[in-house]
Amino acid sequence: MELFSNQVLAGISTGAIYACMALAVVMIYQAIDHLNFAQGEMAMFSTFISWQLMQWGVPYWGSFVITIVFSFAAGIMIERALFRPLAKAPILTQVAGFIALFSIINSCAGLIWDFTIKQYPTPFGSSPFLGSQLISTHQAGMIGVTLLMLAGLFFFFRYTRVGLAMRAAASLPESARLVGINTSWMIALGWGMAAAIGAIAGILIAPVVFLEPNMMGGVLVYGFAAAVLGGLTSPLGAVVGGFLVGIMENLAGTYIPGVGNELKLPIALAVIITVLVVKPAGLFGRPTVKRV
Amino acid sequence: MSAAAEEVVTEGQAVEAVPKRAMTLGAGTSLVVLAALVLLPLVVKNFIIFQMTMVLIYGLAVLALNILTGGSGQFSLGQSAFYAIGAYASAILMEDFGVNYALTLPIAGLICFVVGYLFGHPALRLSGIYLALATFALATAMPQFLKLGYFEKWSGGVQGLVVTKPDAPFGLPMSQDMWLYYFTLVITLAIYIFSVNLLRSRSGRALMAIRDNEIAASAMGVNVALYKTLAFGVSAGITGVAGGLGAIAVQFVAPDSFTINFAIALFLGMVVGGVGWLPGSIIGAAFIIFVPNIAESISKGLSGAVFGVLLFLVIFLIPHGARQIAIVSQRLVARLRR
Repeated sequence: MELFSNQVLAGISTGAIYACMALAVVMIYQAIDHLNFAQGEMAMFSTFISWQLMQWGVPYWGSFVITIVFSFAAGIMIERALFRPLAKAPILTQVAGFIALFSIINSCAGLIWDFTIKQYPTPFGSSPFLGSQLISTHQAGMIGVTLLMLAGLFFFFRYTRVGLAMRAAASLPESARLVGINTSWMIALGWGMAAAIGAIAGILIAPVVFLEPNMMGGVLVYGFAAAVLGGLTSPLGAVVGGFLVGIMENLAGTYIPGVGNELKLPIALAVIITVLVVKPAGLFGRPTVKRV
Repeated sequence: MSAAAEEVVTEGQAVEAVPKRAMTLGAGTSLVVLAALVLLPLVVKNFIIFQMTMVLIYGLAVLALNILTGGSGQFSLGQSAFYAIGAYASAILMEDFGVNYALTLPIAGLICFVVGYLFGHPALRLSGIYLALATFALATAMPQFLKLGYFEKWSGGVQGLVVTKPDAPFGLPMSQDMWLYYFTLVITLAIYIFSVNLLRSRSGRALMAIRDNEIAASAMGVNVALYKTLAFGVSAGITGVAGGLGAIAVQFVAPDSFTINFAIALFLGMVVGGVGWLPGSIIGAAFIIFVPNIAESISKGLSGAVFGVLLFLVIFLIPHGARQIAIVSQRLVARLRR
């Protein structure tokens, strides 16, 4: 039982990483109605920017704020320059565009900052949290920030005009345009916010997985999985999904014999798919009704 | 965001509706392409023949994905897994059981058909992004399965298997590469003709009806579950044959050749060739084989970025893939004739 609760706790602390990323995934899904495969690389690039700023002597929180502003602007610019012209292209072509963007950002980051692993500082310290060996103060801080972002997003989407307009623009673009919403800019704003949230996620994740151009590869997959499990439309679902994926991954690694590090991901995904077969809209997603 | 509120949407089209006439080439163009494919190996070097063989093989794999996505509207990132099963089936049959290489291909295809058909069943309840995630799981799991100690006796574990390259039969005076090319070409043509006829048949129309509007199709009496799982099976089967050919051509199979990156490459090939346009599969395959090399030759350090930029250029210029070029040139020809 001790082993079980310890593994659950360890799962929660890795789950916080996935929850962070899943929030960014839900953000972009709310804005453009599909997943952005380059999201992890965008977050990685932002994290490198903040690391570079700190190397140049900017204090932690200063670089934190600058990075978020930069990421927000960069997100909007990427949408305006690269994806707005593709707005009328078929969806699968846009997905190919995400893959191209992934490849470009990854390669550029590798050239600028090379592929060696870098330490990334944390403002929370890394001593054991409340005397527990399994969860550090950084991970506790990360869970705290994730919950704060969740609350912020919840209020944004539920109570602000912009948030409501963004949801309207994503789900029914034509009707949204008819009531006077500038849907094109809503999409750009969604990109900007997703990039900013991704930057926060990257900065929080970097002390755990270390900073390098490929740091987001695995994390993004878990982030997608968490967001899909939670239902893609719900920020709360994304966070819960993130923790669940973290816990499942740890329990699978502990209790199923013969599961090494390598098979953890497929098993976590298999569990998620089983959940989806039973609940196709995810745990917290709204079921969609289709008409002919 | 209340969970109770239900969202009512008119079913969006993830994949463009391609009429079946627009899925193939005209007779004249087909003959020209065929002549080029038959005659070109006679004048080029062995290495280029090998690359052309790989283009045909990847073309088959892209074609298979095209039948699934362009035909029935289902999306898959798991094609690398079926390719891996086909490759391993061929390699194990040839090396461990001494089966003739040509005979291993139908067996590889059959095995993959069954696996794909079975995988199609749970996939029935998923669509769009959810299906992408499910097939993605299959693709990431496959290399790990192949490495499992249990199969190591046959599969060679992490090290993989070496496959012998077949000689030209009946004492034909041609190199191994050239024989393999023509062997692959015949199989590719047979499968291409099969696929074109499949999409033109009653079953093809049923698939396209499902792609364009699933609810309407089922209302008209199309057995949605049967056709969707069959589409998965046929697609996997063709991918399996491609995998088997790939194993023979490369002379080597190893778990890490069949990662998710390969599935993504096949997806890009389909988009570049034009979703739902079967002849585009070859063009898409050429893109995913040659463009990374071109990118590498332009800049070693930035090859990924160059590849991304080239890919962006292609989708900016022709968002509907090579099919768009075909349509435009068709119109031009029609105008000139008038």
